[in-house]
Amino acid sequence: MTVYILRRSFYALVVMWAVATLVFFMLRAVPGDPLQAMLFDVGDPQAVEQLRRKLGLDQPIYVQYFLWFGRLFQGDLGNSIYGSRIEVSRIIAEAFPRTISLATLSFFVALILAVPAGLISAVRKNSPLDHGFTFVAFLGLSMPDFWLAILLIIVFAVNLQWLPAIGYAPLSQGFWPWLSHLILPSIAIGTAFSAILARMIRSAMLEVLKSDFIQVARSKGLLERQVILKHAFRNALIPVITVIGIAFALLMAGAVIVENVFAIKGLGRVLIQGILNRDYPVVQGAILVVSAIFIFSNLLVDVLYAMIDPRIELEK
Amino acid sequence: MAQITTEPNSAELAEGGLSPRQGRRWLRLLMQDKKAVVSLIILLMLIISAIFAPLISPYDPTSMAFDMLQSPSLEHLLGTDDLGRDLFSRIVHGARISLFVGVSTVAISLILGVTLGLLAGYYGGWLDNLIMRYIDLQWAFPNFIIAVYLVAIFGTGLENVIIAVSLAFLDDFARIARSMVLFLKEEEYVIAARSLGASDARVLIWHVLPNALAPIIVQATVSISYAILAEAGLSFLGLGVKASTPTWGLILSDARTFISRAWWLGVFPGFAIMLTVLGINFLGDTLRDILDVRETGEVSKR
Repeated sequence: MTVYILRRSFYALVVMWAVATLVFFMLRAVPGDPLQAMLFDVGDPQAVEQLRRKLGLDQPIYVQYFLWFGRLFQGDLGNSIYGSRIEVSRIIAEAFPRTISLATLSFFVALILAVPAGLISAVRKNSPLDHGFTFVAFLGLSMPDFWLAILLIIVFAVNLQWLPAIGYAPLSQGFWPWLSHLILPSIAIGTAFSAILARMIRSAMLEVLKSDFIQVARSKGLLERQVILKHAFRNALIPVITVIGIAFALLMAGAVIVENVFAIKGLGRVLIQGILNRDYPVVQGAILVVSAIFIFSNLLVDVLYAMIDPRIELEK
Repeated sequence: MAQITTEPNSAELAEGGLSPRQGRRWLRLLMQDKKAVVSLIILLMLIISAIFAPLISPYDPTSMAFDMLQSPSLEHLLGTDDLGRDLFSRIVHGARISLFVGVSTVAISLILGVTLGLLAGYYGGWLDNLIMRYIDLQWAFPNFIIAVYLVAIFGTGLENVIIAVSLAFLDDFARIARSMVLFLKEEEYVIAARSLGASDARVLIWHVLPNALAPIIVQATVSISYAILAEAGLSFLGLGVKASTPTWGLILSDARTFISRAWWLGVFPGFAIMLTVLGINFLGDTLRDILDVRETGEVSKR
């Protein structure tokens, strides 16, 4: 078990290194000198040359690579090339909690929607309600999350005026301001995942309900409600755990777009704004952190899963 | 994550590839399925609007007029935008870009991915290792995130979006093709072809590929819907086509500014995206049943 965790962690580190290296070289291999983009308004070749030397860009690429990696280990991601040239690590430190809040809340939204829908669908299999949920799940999967976000804004922010349309309030300003800004974006992100989750719960429940111990529980004279909730649902949850890895991927990918709809300055908005502004240090930093979140959550899921089911071994 | 199992049993394989007779049988099965009929109607509508966009749309999608932000009426079926452009005409023209990007990216992605997967599975060894380490790396991230990363590297614009989305989706095809080869390599008819002296290319193209087609077709269908969503998302974020081009993602993006005054701008383009994706997903579902391709993960990552 320990060996497995160590090996899996080592593998995650290797993947992280590969991503960092790929990003470093690819951002530099693409035509268009980042410095030219940076200094397009200066137009002084001497200034460009000076800055090139100052940033070490006159060195061979492999020297730059090692220097860059050294700084990376000290948590130095460079500075934004715009405005007050704020440190990238600071931008990311501010964005990080916003994205995590959003992803966590989206996960709860998905659970709240999916668990009852999945349970009812399984218990009332092939009823109109089941077909209804199936259809809604199909809609949820086919709906772009940014469109759902716009629809939610139109209904709840513009027309009903129940919730704010855009922005973010940190938790330090109070629980309700924080939550009220996150409700609509969380629903926009969580809906697609809840559709998947509901389908998974339904099929897992149907599988469990067929097994012998459910028959035993029923023949003991237990209430149907107890059989469903205490015996069946608990066992149906085990296969559902596997989708948590997918959950994280979906929720993070959703956050990248939906943060931009609600103007929440999380990691996704930082990344997209960086791309639009051609702010390479910011783009690089954001890609590294978003990737680290994916790789770390994959690792976590694998380890969790190995703890639940000791038969699993490292395949790769 | 999304995975289509790629170990068909020999009985399925014995039926072989895609003969015209089977084509007709599948068509008949397709017509019996309600979901399939709905999806065919949606897709037909979509293809017709894409091809005949200039004939169908009552106005030029880029011509501006003084009827700004008009709500839906008989004159402007779906209303007009802030520059007085007819929304219905813009959505009809938007079908062109969505379909073009969806189909072309998946075609490129399929060719690249399947080639990589076939090579990796057939030759094994260091080549397999090299290809699959990269594929695994990409597999660790959702396709949409990979597409965003690639746009960050290559830059914005329609061509770059097509390149980015094509590359972002190739890992799905490579994995399917590879595991199909690994399985089919041991089949007797492949071994027979090889021992008769057929070249590697001949074996792969004539003996392995036709029998690997079913799961690849199903994956391609699913991928088209995700590629369309990805293009819409990238356009929405301002990373795709240049402004004024009518694409669904961009129309929605522009709509945000006028959201409090013009709900129709925020509602209809998204409805077009959803209908398209729904139609393709229904088709994918039906194909999966007809071609008898089993899925392990059940879930596709976006």
